[in-house]
Amino acid sequence: MNSKAEILKKIKQNQPQNTTDLPDLELLNSDNPNVLETYKTVLKGIGGETVEVAGYQDILDFIRNNYSPDRRIITTIPELSEVASLNWKNDDPHTLQDVELAIISGHFGVAENSAIWVTDDILGQRVAPFIAQYLAIIIKKSDILATMQLAYKKIGNLEYGFGTFIAGPSKTADIEQSLVLGAHGARGLIVFLLD
Amino acid sequence: MSSEKIISHSEASTIFNKDIERVNWHDETLWFVREKRDKSAHQIPDWELLRETASQIKNNVLSNIHDYLVEFEANAQKNGITVHWAADAKEHNEIVHAIMVKNNVKQMVKSKSMLTEECHLNDYLADKGIEVIDSDLGEYIVQLRKEPPSHIVLPAIHLKKEDVSETFHEHLGTEKGNFDPQYLTESARQSLRNTFLTRKVALTGVNFAVAETGEFVVCTNEGNADMGAHLADVHIACMGFEKLIPQRKHLGVFLRLLARSATGQPITTFSSHFKKPRNGQEMHIVIVDNGRSTQLGREDFRNSLKCIRCGACMNTCPVYRRSGGHSYHNAVAGPIGSILAPNLDMSKNADLPFASTLCGSCTNVCPVKIDIHDQLYKWRQVLVKEGHTPTAKTMAMKTMATVLANPTIFSIAGKSGRFVMKNIPALVNNKMNKWFDQREMPAVPEESFREWYKKNSRESKAKDNE
Repeated sequence: MNSKAEILKKIKQNQPQNTTDLPDLELLNSDNPNVLETYKTVLKGIGGETVEVAGYQDILDFIRNNYSPDRRIITTIPELSEVASLNWKNDDPHTLQDVELAIISGHFGVAENSAIWVTDDILGQRVAPFIAQYLAIIIKKSDILATMQLAYKKIGNLEYGFGTFIAGPSKTADIEQSLVLGAHGARGLIVFLLD
Repeated sequence: MSSEKIISHSEASTIFNKDIERVNWHDETLWFVREKRDKSAHQIPDWELLRETASQIKNNVLSNIHDYLVEFEANAQKNGITVHWAADAKEHNEIVHAIMVKNNVKQMVKSKSMLTEECHLNDYLADKGIEVIDSDLGEYIVQLRKEPPSHIVLPAIHLKKEDVSETFHEHLGTEKGNFDPQYLTESARQSLRNTFLTRKVALTGVNFAVAETGEFVVCTNEGNADMGAHLADVHIACMGFEKLIPQRKHLGVFLRLLARSATGQPITTFSSHFKKPRNGQEMHIVIVDNGRSTQLGREDFRNSLKCIRCGACMNTCPVYRRSGGHSYHNAVAGPIGSILAPNLDMSKNADLPFASTLCGSCTNVCPVKIDIHDQLYKWRQVLVKEGHTPTAKTMAMKTMATVLANPTIFSIAGKSGRFVMKNIPALVNNKMNKWFDQREMPAVPEESFREWYKKNSRESKAKDNE
């Protein structure tokens, strides 16, 4: 059975003979002079929360004030080791099932949809941002781009095994179009915006 | 499902329309989603250029799909992914089953994949003793109810929260009469979390596959595809070959369009790029033809392969909104489903291209500019020519052609029609005449336009004045 050869042969026969050129993506050049404000507004609109911070001390304070120390908090960021564990990256991913909060850093944010780009080299584990009950991501204010066009320019041909854009908390509206936050992934998302 | 007798779209719609209040609710709910799409699209100054760009990228894909597929396979293999090719639904199901057998696993967790609906994978695996749990909340609900999804993006859009509450009470033991969506979603979350944690094999769909890098992208709001894939030892991703795009940077175009067109969101919560399996994990991609290469050869219909499955054409369609997804008896319903389905089985799906008013709203909202309503019209020509339309309709059309072609017959037909409608209305206004379903006819005029013109035209008036 060689379906590959058969499928490819049939496709070659049937695909249009006139090839169409790829369009110029540079024409999609709309920019945004106010990416920070847009980012905050869009994230709020999809159920996330932004917290502006001057440094890691502010994040430590925020975590201490808002999360119980009895709950399991994990992070990839050494500066946060006072409030969160760093020692989980090589564990079986299933053992992360009791994580209350995961704090990770993102490469950059996108203003038009408030998505944050993360890849497995900074995730600790691929499942970490999904399995935790709550998620916090840290990005620099200066790392917010206007559009997805600019985002992919920045990603370029970067190597990764897994990467994802995360925009807001996990959600569903599958029951009568009523929006519910916390479908299978994080119930809430806080984005720390670093000066 | 394939062996069941098919109820035609118009018959199924008649049944759907019996509950007027519910039909109105269904109509309004989907229109609300369409309005959200508009609001979201209008916020993007580049919107029309984005649609045009996406359309051109997809045109390029169609004309180079052979080379892109070869490139994609080579790159995916380099990334450590096993690539399989399936000529049809049967082979697709066999490949997936073989992977389960090889890993000695009897349970699978699956995120949304319309392709596996098209291939009836769940039924196939169930027959082989393999349990599949659909993890998208909407799909989970319809799976518990033993129904197919009624919409590609909103699988349970035909159900009210009372229905979901009943279903969950029966299957998950939730409180009877508790209709709160928050409560119901939380119950499903708890139950499915256990599923994610215990399944060794996860199957996902594919939204986009990138030829240049060999990676594939899966978009969800719930995070269910990721929960499944990152916890499982084996990840199987199934895709129709038309999901290919040339380069990674093209994702920027499609990810800007997809969610805005689908639900009005600026982007789905998660847009996950799977390039390599994680350490110790097995990753498979199944590339499926199942009639797509045939459609590629139909010049009038090949554009349907540009579809990115956003569902915008369904949300805007006046027929879909008032007939419901199940009336289309096909994995993909609505306008786009109606041009894909006849390619899969012409005689079984001959009714679908007629389930449209040809108003063109679908074409106007399509993010990749598929000429959907033109294709519906063209399918009608093909289906009639190949003898797939009901005899009654063919006879009626032939009669009409004769009448319209001959002025004398036309005049006699008009006169007798007016006479009958006026004097013996029961002869036409009865259950046999489909034109009187939910319609009131206007009052019968005394004379035809032709008769009136004869009396009132300048020439005849001049004649009168002589």
